[in-house]
Amino acid sequence: MFFYLIRRIAYAIPIALAVGFVCFMLVQIAPGDPINAIVPPDAPGDVVEQVRRDYGLDKPLPVQFGLWLLKVVQGDLGRSLASGRPVWSDLSSAIGNTLMLAASASLLGFILGCVLGGLAGTFRGSWLDRVAVTLAVGGVSVPHYWLGMVMVVIFSVQLNWLPAMGAGPGGSSDWAWDWEHIKHLILPTVTLCVIPMGIITRTVRGIIAEIMNQEFVTALRGKGLTRRGVFLHVVKNAAPTALAVMGLQLGYLMGGSILVETVFSWPGTGLLLNNAIFQRDLPVLQGTILVLAMFFVALNLLVDLMQTALDPRIKRG
Amino acid sequence: MSNSATTPSAAEAELAVQARQAAESSTGYWAGVWKRVRRDPLTIFCASVLLLMLLAIVFASLIAPHDPYQGSMIRRLRPVGTPNHILGTDELGRDMLTRLLYGGRLSWFMGITPVALAFAIGTVLGVLAGYAGGKTNMAIMRVTDVFYAFPSVLLAVAISGALGAGIINAILALTLVFIPPIIRVAETVTTGVRNLDFVDAARASGANAFTIVRVHVLGNVLGPIFVYATSLISVSMILASGLSFLGLGTKPPEPEWGLMLNTLRTAIYVQPWIAVLPGVCIFVTSICFNLVSDGLRQAMDVKG
Repeated sequence: MFFYLIRRIAYAIPIALAVGFVCFMLVQIAPGDPINAIVPPDAPGDVVEQVRRDYGLDKPLPVQFGLWLLKVVQGDLGRSLASGRPVWSDLSSAIGNTLMLAASASLLGFILGCVLGGLAGTFRGSWLDRVAVTLAVGGVSVPHYWLGMVMVVIFSVQLNWLPAMGAGPGGSSDWAWDWEHIKHLILPTVTLCVIPMGIITRTVRGIIAEIMNQEFVTALRGKGLTRRGVFLHVVKNAAPTALAVMGLQLGYLMGGSILVETVFSWPGTGLLLNNAIFQRDLPVLQGTILVLAMFFVALNLLVDLMQTALDPRIKRG
Repeated sequence: MSNSATTPSAAEAELAVQARQAAESSTGYWAGVWKRVRRDPLTIFCASVLLLMLLAIVFASLIAPHDPYQGSMIRRLRPVGTPNHILGTDELGRDMLTRLLYGGRLSWFMGITPVALAFAIGTVLGVLAGYAGGKTNMAIMRVTDVFYAFPSVLLAVAISGALGAGIINAILALTLVFIPPIIRVAETVTTGVRNLDFVDAARASGANAFTIVRVHVLGNVLGPIFVYATSLISVSMILASGLSFLGLGTKPPEPEWGLMLNTLRTAIYVQPWIAVLPGVCIFVTSICFNLVSDGLRQAMDVKG
């Protein structure tokens, strides 16, 4: 177990480095000279050359990568071209908002998915099963940005129950735990939760059906264990996989909420990315992608370790 | 044989299975698949819907009632059911039905092309990794791991965001997103087939690697990889339209479902049901591809 821990963590390091390299390359594959990502387009020629030397952009690519990496690990993601502020200052508040949205959406999706998947797996072949499977297929097939628009049409335009935009009253992006703020969270959360809901329903349905067919469940039933007792055993067996799937979904939603954030003008990383793309603000684009991807790598590692700890059947030496 | 510990009854059962498989193979594997698909009404229904859509968008120029680019300032945002404009008009007074028909062309093209390209590239790399093993496998699979470390939407947005808006860039970005999962599936099934007896026999009889892969390996791995690839089309359609929705794919005034959703977003308070129409098209296409893929998976008896 201990050695597995060490090895798994050690394995994450080259992955993290390679992810960093891909993010570094994003600026390189962008059309035009990467120097344009640092100096304003109207800068005089000698200033451009000076900046090029200062940033080491006249050196070969591997050296540039090393220099860039050195800055990144010190927490310096560069400066935004549009605002001139350090990338991290805008990013840190945006990440909090995205995490809030992604966490509540994956939690809601997890709860709904477990209920639907549990019912479907227990009553396989019944109408309940068909409803759950239909919802699951719908959840993974629906373009969620469109679902968000439909939600806005129904609950904001027609019924006027919930706000359509932003994360708080008056377009403020500072979060607080009061009803005014929670109201803003509802529609984006419900919209985003359909993806994890669909995936977790499918997963849980599969696991439950498989476990229910196993001999130990039949034996428990034969020994006269109540439905509740059997249920507890099944949950204990299904939990590690379901939790692992949810953990990964949180990571996918962190990186994938850009479309939903755009629909609801949610002040998170998605909106930041969107603005960065349209202003060709490459440092912001690169920094945001890097941080989100690193978050995903860390989450992957965490899920793996958690699963090993929770499930004694997984023996890793 | 790998499972030499079979009991007599199990051996008999296996013989029966083999006999059945032989009978089926005498009519051909694909005939069997087709027979099973035919008995699956949901798959047939979804496939028919897709076929109708395909015909409609291919022959859009024949059936569309209006010009997709020709708008009229006095006929903007007419509701569904307006005479002469069955599905209403958009924010520039262009006929919605016409725009949706033409829009399907780009949406389908941008959704299917990346999966087709990734299928071709991913299969080659995955089979290579699975069959060659050793260092080749290491190299290909570790690079795959790196791309797996990005959430798919983020990777697509990152690449097309860096490259800039455009259809080609969006397709390129999505292709890169779908290559790694296809490599993984191809590698897994190829590794499974590589050590089977008939491959050993072919190797022993002196066939070279290329022939073995072409004749013995590809025939057994293409099916599962293909089924897996079809399951990606649904995601690809959503992502491709999503990139256009963000303004990273098609550019106006070109009709495309995702871009139409984006430009109609301002009309959401005036004609909400017109504004969500293009999304209905994306949703129907995506769910049909998903269900057809599920049906195919069952009919071809592919696990996973």
